[in-house]
Amino acid sequence: MPRKLLPLLLIVALACLPFVADWLDQRALQSLVARIMIYAIAAASLNLILGFGGMVSFGHAAFFGLGNYAVGILYFHFADSTSLFGFIPGTDNFLITFPAAILVAGLFALLIGLLALRTEGVQFIMITLAFAQMIFAFFVSLNGYGGDDGLIIRKANTLFGMSLRNKTTIYYVILAVAVGYFFWLHRVKGSSFGNILAGIRQNEKRMVALGINPFRYKLFAFVLAGMGAGAAGALMAVFLRFASPDTLAWTKSGEFMIMVILGGVGSFVGPIWGAATFLVLHDYLASWTEHWQLFMGLLLLFVVLRTKGGIAGAIESFRARFK
Amino acid sequence: MTIHKYALALALTLGTTLASHAQDPVEIGMITTLSGPAGYLGQDIRDGLQLAIDAEGGKLGGVDVELVVEDDARKPANARQIAERFVFDDDIKLVTGIIFSNIAGAVVPDVVDSDAIYISPNAAPSTFAGENCNANYFVTSWQNDSLHEASGIAAKELGYKNAFVLAPNYQAGKDAVTGFKRMFGGEIVGEIYTQLDQTDYSAEMAQIRAAKPDVVFQFHPGGLGIAFLRQYQQAGLLAEIPMVLSEPSSDAVILNALGDAAIGLKTTAHWSPDFDNAASKEMMAAWKKAYPDRPLTYYATQGYDTGLAIASALKQTGGIDDLDAFKDALRKADFQSVRGNFSFGQNQHPVQDWYLLDVVAGEDGKPTTKTVRKLVENYGDVYAKDCKL
Amino acid sequence: MTLIFEQLLNGLLYGVMLFLMAAGLTLIFGIMGVINLAHGSLYMVGALAGAWVANATGNFWLGLPAAMAASLLVGLIIEMTVIQRLYDRPHLDQVLATFSLILILNELAVLLIGRQPIFLQLPEALTDPIELLPGLPYPPFRLLIILAGLLVALGLYVLINRTRIGMLVRAGSTHRDMVRALGVNIKGLYTAVFGLGALLAGLAGFMMAPIGAVQIGMGEQILLTTFVVVVIGGVGSVKGAFVAGIALGVIDTSLRAFLPGFLRQIMDGPDADALGLGIASMGIYLLMALVLLIRPKGLFPMKG
Repeated sequence: MPRKLLPLLLIVALACLPFVADWLDQRALQSLVARIMIYAIAAASLNLILGFGGMVSFGHAAFFGLGNYAVGILYFHFADSTSLFGFIPGTDNFLITFPAAILVAGLFALLIGLLALRTEGVQFIMITLAFAQMIFAFFVSLNGYGGDDGLIIRKANTLFGMSLRNKTTIYYVILAVAVGYFFWLHRVKGSSFGNILAGIRQNEKRMVALGINPFRYKLFAFVLAGMGAGAAGALMAVFLRFASPDTLAWTKSGEFMIMVILGGVGSFVGPIWGAATFLVLHDYLASWTEHWQLFMGLLLLFVVLRTKGGIAGAIESFRARFK
Repeated sequence: MTIHKYALALALTLGTTLASHAQDPVEIGMITTLSGPAGYLGQDIRDGLQLAIDAEGGKLGGVDVELVVEDDARKPANARQIAERFVFDDDIKLVTGIIFSNIAGAVVPDVVDSDAIYISPNAAPSTFAGENCNANYFVTSWQNDSLHEASGIAAKELGYKNAFVLAPNYQAGKDAVTGFKRMFGGEIVGEIYTQLDQTDYSAEMAQIRAAKPDVVFQFHPGGLGIAFLRQYQQAGLLAEIPMVLSEPSSDAVILNALGDAAIGLKTTAHWSPDFDNAASKEMMAAWKKAYPDRPLTYYATQGYDTGLAIASALKQTGGIDDLDAFKDALRKADFQSVRGNFSFGQNQHPVQDWYLLDVVAGEDGKPTTKTVRKLVENYGDVYAKDCKL
Repeated sequence: MTLIFEQLLNGLLYGVMLFLMAAGLTLIFGIMGVINLAHGSLYMVGALAGAWVANATGNFWLGLPAAMAASLLVGLIIEMTVIQRLYDRPHLDQVLATFSLILILNELAVLLIGRQPIFLQLPEALTDPIELLPGLPYPPFRLLIILAGLLVALGLYVLINRTRIGMLVRAGSTHRDMVRALGVNIKGLYTAVFGLGALLAGLAGFMMAPIGAVQIGMGEQILLTTFVVVVIGGVGSVKGAFVAGIALGVIDTSLRAFLPGFLRQIMDGPDADALGLGIASMGIYLLMALVLLIRPKGLFPMKG
């Protein structure tokens, strides 16, 4: 019973959170949870290739940042009343910026995937990093769009005439996207595509023998993952009203990896646990001591050395012990 | 059910800090950069402000205050989360501390739009200085451009006809070059933007030598500046081509790290340790007592001045229950700044004097700055006229 | 002409630094199969310890053994407490664990030394530029670094190709399981190799100390480029690290030095600068992507 009801319970709890947080006088909690949901989407999209598909990408921030900048640049041209490349008008309509961000991230994922997936193992890790770093360097030297300082989205995006500046409105938008994304991801995992992807991870040769072309499936997964990260990046831009190159940095890719590992590689709910733990820990430690990095480092080290399969793995073994 | 409710509350509370702060002291929220190579900048601003508070025995302007500090790790999203917690959960009405312009860009709009006051002790990008100025936004340091405009004025007055300019490739770097050029007016024989994480500047040194300019202007804050100046010296350029610096490339820590290499440099600033005013002397004595091993940087003085500014307003209002009254009081800038003349302009950015300084050997043998002359008096910034406050 | 020669020397210096970092990393990577993100932290430890000791004693050269000893010590400690447990773990666990080490070492350095950059003055004899060619003064310390780097390269070549431990190292990087099966004390070999890598990182850190800024987080600035060198050279190949290190050093320096000027002749000043810098900072990653697409195992792949 509880396993089926758990997701529903979580959604209800998240939906009630703004009221509860208000009642407890903890309104920043709402923003923290919103960030957790955004990072959970990004980490889950990485988990799709990393955990389900066995492709260790160290450049996932590229897609997160591209989604981030897509929203930022469209708003920039909207505020400026100019057009991108001379023919694409800017907009602040979330119904356009959000899909545009996903599309841009997906296109780049297709391009990068086409090249990067020719390699594997350590080389794949490094080539994805290389492409991400190139995109990072490109945006940092892009003077027109703020360069290193990023773009301020002063007036926020709108959705059906509502301003997404309102914290509760954007919270529910993020929640809706997150629920939709995880529902979709669940379907993907259980689909024949998901099974083939898992098959490729476990034994690529066998899949080839079965007449399956692994490259096409891996590429498809890579593009889907890129689109997921792009969606998360777009949400982050709308939420923070700010697009900046730090969303493209290799350290951001590292953070996504840490969230996935922390939560449990290949576990469906792992990225949610991972993102929540990482952000809450960070927030809590940083408000407690300025030397938070020391404690963060020790805790992460403990988790990786002492647990198998991250938090999701720990929960599984805990559950197994009481059966 | 009640047990569940409390368990929930407990779990939620774990995520953030406890919100139940008592009424009494006025809380000042400081979001600053304490980790990474730029960590000393945030540390100095924090300690400077704390020094002003300690000087009054935990008060500013006779009102009990408490400084709440958090490290943003130089990440805009982190800073934003801290700001929300400060403003919404802890009901902090005074926020300060940000070092970098890009972090200010992510945080300032949100803070000032939430009926809280942001007082910048450092970064002041042009974004918030002109048309988009805000009644809740004050700056006690300088407007980014004016830092480097002072150097442009200095280079012009020193009679240099052409210059070679270098800065890191980010907004503050470009602002620096723009500001310098605006006031210098001479020919620019070379303009190079370096990478932000660059450690080796030998390629640039060779280009400077080949261009043979009258003067070099470079803006490289913190560790970048140390590396740049060291390599400038090692390349033998220090004796050949004079250099005019702006303040961030010649703070006390950088000068200290350069040792003898720094002596003979020309720099421009709004404060120097040899200033002959009571406020500056008082601060220098207090700093020396509290941190005998650390050189006093201008960052620390900006933190200190921020404290004095807040004190001047609190003294008039007795608290921050009436924010409008507090802002009116703050705008008067009724305090003795360590830099002498100080008032707020139309856009609530400083109007102050800029000086030409020589780097000389101090009494302890370590390099320090000596005031040569005043370059400009009551100097604001070029954006103030667009501000309709 | 002298400008080109000078820039080549500058590129060589940068390349030598990259080689010192990459030599250790590629061995650790190739032999133990560990992705060690904390390698940059060992570089920082060397620079901090060297600068601190040199300042405390007033003798520049005492900093050198101090830097190498400190890096070696910290390297051995983390190898025995953390890295050892990672040998049989997936790359992902290694990434997380060594990333944690970066956080821990950076913050420990803040606690021990503080946040301010440390200053390390060169001895008098090394400060004044010497006239290398007419019209080309060059800092003697830079020449010394280049020389030291080349000597280390030679030393490593002898160590790996002419000694018993070198033989084990070579065998270890191609046939790891076979070496283990032959009853070699693989644990000791691993510790020794990791220590060697740490030692070289400490040496690199000390040599950079008088040139750059000795500060917290300096290791991360050089870490990524080091990985690029390792991958381009071929994981596990010291020869590859040498060739790729020098090549990247020269290419990166030349791009930064000559590209904007070249572009300025065909387009507007500011645009040329922006484009030039953009390409220059993308350059090494572009190169890595190209090499990996053409030779996935790098320039000098290890056999086996």
